[in-house]
Amino acid sequence: MKLLYFAWLREKIGHSEEDVILPANLVSVADLVAWLSGRGPGYREAFAQAKLVRCAIDQDFAQADASIAGAKEIAFFPPVTGG
Amino acid sequence: MPRIIVQHEDFDAGAELARLNTPGVGGVGSFIGLVRGEEVRGEGKITALHLEHYPAMTARALAKIADEAMARWPLNDCTIIHRVGTLHPGENIVFVAASSAHRDAALRATAFLIDWLKTSAPFWKREDFISGTSAWVAAREADEAAAAEWVK
Repeated sequence: MKLLYFAWLREKIGHSEEDVILPANLVSVADLVAWLSGRGPGYREAFAQAKLVRCAIDQDFAQADASIAGAKEIAFFPPVTGG
Repeated sequence: MPRIIVQHEDFDAGAELARLNTPGVGGVGSFIGLVRGEEVRGEGKITALHLEHYPAMTARALAKIADEAMARWPLNDCTIIHRVGTLHPGENIVFVAASSAHRDAALRATAFLIDWLKTSAPFWKREDFISGTSAWVAAREADEAAAAEWVK
């Protein structure tokens, strides 16, 4: 699965994208966040404040309880600030 | 058919407004967002603004916003143009406009387009200050509240 990171999540994690093979027991976005948080200090810091992290599954906004089954691309980013 | 553009270059607001002047249109509403050159948090003036986005998602998110506006109001057409990359104080960031037979739909749809864009299109701003520091812009609760008004 392809993971993308934007803005300060990208900076804390240290890269903008990666391909990962996920453990089969991950079901939801929240599960994925918990798993990613255990991958190192940068990840832990990036996901430390859940309310400041937004997610999109295959380019559509997704909530923490959304299923990641079948997803090709999951992106994590801060609340948007365009306009 | 909404016109959706994400680009580095500036846009020509006059030309964009003229495009919306088509038979049957009685009014065009528009909004332009600019880079403010304000003093912030003791860091001094902003010298540059960097706009990052999620290319695969941006066009789709903007199209959804435009389609929602077209569905809510009797519009003839609407336009969203958002710039990305490095911008400086006084420069254009975003242009939204909506055309309709009457002003009410055009004006309301224009406000809706910019309010929803601010909370549901994947753009992020980082500001450089004259002090030499740089910081990501935090989302404003007021923007969330403005967007939520349209859900009522």
